[in-house]
Amino acid sequence: MKQTVVDVADVSKSFKIHYERHQSLKERLLHPKTGHSEDFSALSNISFQMEEGETVGIIGHNGSGKSTLLKCICGVLQPTSGEIRLRGSLAALLELGAGFQLELSGRDNVYLYGTMLGFSKKRIDQIFDDIVAFSEIEHFIDTPVKFYSSGMYVRLAFAVAVNVNPDILVIDEVLAVGDERFQAKCIDRIRRFQQEGRAILLVTHSADQIRALASRAIVLESGNMIANGEVAESLRVFRGHLLSDVPSNNEGGGPLGDVHIDSVTTPTGSFDVQSGASMHFDVHITSATAYSGNFVLEIFTRGGVLVSRSDSQGAPVNLRPGSNTVGIDLPNIPLLDGVFDINVGIVDPRGSNVKAWGEKVATLQVTYGGRQGGLVELDATIRQS
Amino acid sequence: MEDPTSSEAVHEGIAHAPVRVMSARVGLGQRLLNLRSRRELLRNLVVSDIRIKYKGSALGLLWSMLNPAFTLGIYYLVFSVVLKNGYPNYVIFLFSGLIVWNMFQNAVFSATGVIVDRAGLVKKVSFPREILPLASVGSAVIYFLIQMVVLIIFLFVFHHAPEWNMLEILPITFASLYLFSASISIVLSAFTVYMRDMKHLMEVLLQLWFWMSPVVYSYSNSLAVQLATHHLKWFYFMNPMALMVLTFQRTFYVQTLVHQTTGNHPLIHMLPSWAPSSFLYLNSAMLAVMIGLFLVALSIFGRLEGNFESEL
Repeated sequence: MKQTVVDVADVSKSFKIHYERHQSLKERLLHPKTGHSEDFSALSNISFQMEEGETVGIIGHNGSGKSTLLKCICGVLQPTSGEIRLRGSLAALLELGAGFQLELSGRDNVYLYGTMLGFSKKRIDQIFDDIVAFSEIEHFIDTPVKFYSSGMYVRLAFAVAVNVNPDILVIDEVLAVGDERFQAKCIDRIRRFQQEGRAILLVTHSADQIRALASRAIVLESGNMIANGEVAESLRVFRGHLLSDVPSNNEGGGPLGDVHIDSVTTPTGSFDVQSGASMHFDVHITSATAYSGNFVLEIFTRGGVLVSRSDSQGAPVNLRPGSNTVGIDLPNIPLLDGVFDINVGIVDPRGSNVKAWGEKVATLQVTYGGRQGGLVELDATIRQS
Repeated sequence: MEDPTSSEAVHEGIAHAPVRVMSARVGLGQRLLNLRSRRELLRNLVVSDIRIKYKGSALGLLWSMLNPAFTLGIYYLVFSVVLKNGYPNYVIFLFSGLIVWNMFQNAVFSATGVIVDRAGLVKKVSFPREILPLASVGSAVIYFLIQMVVLIIFLFVFHHAPEWNMLEILPITFASLYLFSASISIVLSAFTVYMRDMKHLMEVLLQLWFWMSPVVYSYSNSLAVQLATHHLKWFYFMNPMALMVLTFQRTFYVQTLVHQTTGNHPLIHMLPSWAPSSFLYLNSAMLAVMIGLFLVALSIFGRLEGNFESEL
């Protein structure tokens, strides 16, 4: 039986917001009554569980309570009410290198940070070499960290947290550290964690990362949990909320949030295609008003890997009130054998707001008879020179 | 679960792993257990504290001896040479009291602002927050022990034997000193988060407190004697530092009644003329109070730490 490793039960957290902060004695004596504060509810009645081996992603806008929830789980914050039960050791990457002392050497900081995360000196002794190897700063390990570049700094912190092999790893938007090669290494390590059956809780803005890593996603919206389930479904809810949010930050240009993607069809009615053949889609869109925006097409593998994202390249689609059809032509599909999910969406010309989104509106079946393996046809010619 | 490599190993480990509960308030017993389980962090914090303090200074840890030595020299110059107080072996008397006071002052002074100073850490990493002020006290203990070595060297140099009967009381006094410093440090570190004036206020208060405690002057010159005429001597000993200082002085300075070396050599009470058994009794009672005080300090800290996040 799988053990529950994280059990969040009815957790709420509220903060006091000070309108006038009186932190010195003089101010407190002079204004004993002013400086009123108001309770702000950052999380309300959140409940969910995580089993060992699960990777759960948390998504939400800025200020939706993601970080507060994470901090409660890590024990940095105490919930105002409710309870969180953790089984096993936990390492949190809320801010890389938060526990580092600038004056001390990398070596001393590894020990200090490791014990801060709750691991014994003996444990750190065992894995010290791994940590140093992972962070790739062998030559500088005895240099004070104040001389480190920011990349070295976060690499060392990340290396400590993942090499202590916690039962639960909590990551808050920190996967964007280092260069691409180091990022790949981090993702690799996370995948190994998953294989080892450790639980990972991941907060990120990137839907791609959630798709690629998480087995389940939770959506937070101003302190409430509005979805907890399959990644695709949660992403749909998340994007749906983005849309319903739009009227509140209306910046002119007519009422927004009234564009809807109805369906995607093909002339033949079939989504089966031969690799290398061409294909045509029709995307049916209902719009209440005239709107001109950018069209986005994404193709994913079933494993959640983004194969391609393309847009209408600056040439906007002009929607008329009523029903519209946007055609997409794929001249020769380079995809190899497999099943691919298609997302389509309309974003505003600056690309900052999603206007309409259709998650998994169609599924493409590609058949391929050749000898190549993988995702795409490269058409490589191999000859001896 | 040493180095689990398969999911089975993790599974096994997880099944036996202890469950931690995080809720609105952490009970006192749980607090003590948490502290106990994180003592390695406490040790590491103390070590890094000391390392950072003397990083890049040529004399390094030697400063923790030189600094009180200079203070000692100044007081000796002022009181013995200039003001001619005429206390024999004044250096021993002064040092045995100063050592106690220094530990308290170092601890409280560095702990007061420690939570505010390390806000980045407090807001991002989970650990029992009282470890931060306790680490400040820990560093003070290290300096205390170093100064203790210097005191012992002084005793040899001046051929001054301590009161052997009193030595067994010292661990009790030291435990009280530790618990008292820790209690004050823990509470003040939390107060400072809400009221940043605390640090400046403490600078003044600690000076007053120092002169209220019989460190540089003899017991007969202390307020205790005047208060005793009004049957208020107990009030003087509401200051726990007084008893701690007197116990250390009695142990290392030994003589309670001495002839002054100036004037027509009158007899003065350097120390109260209690028997060692009275010291034992008083110190034991004080230790009991200090244990209670420490628990109260931890509870106060627990109440205050809930809002750290929104105040830092």
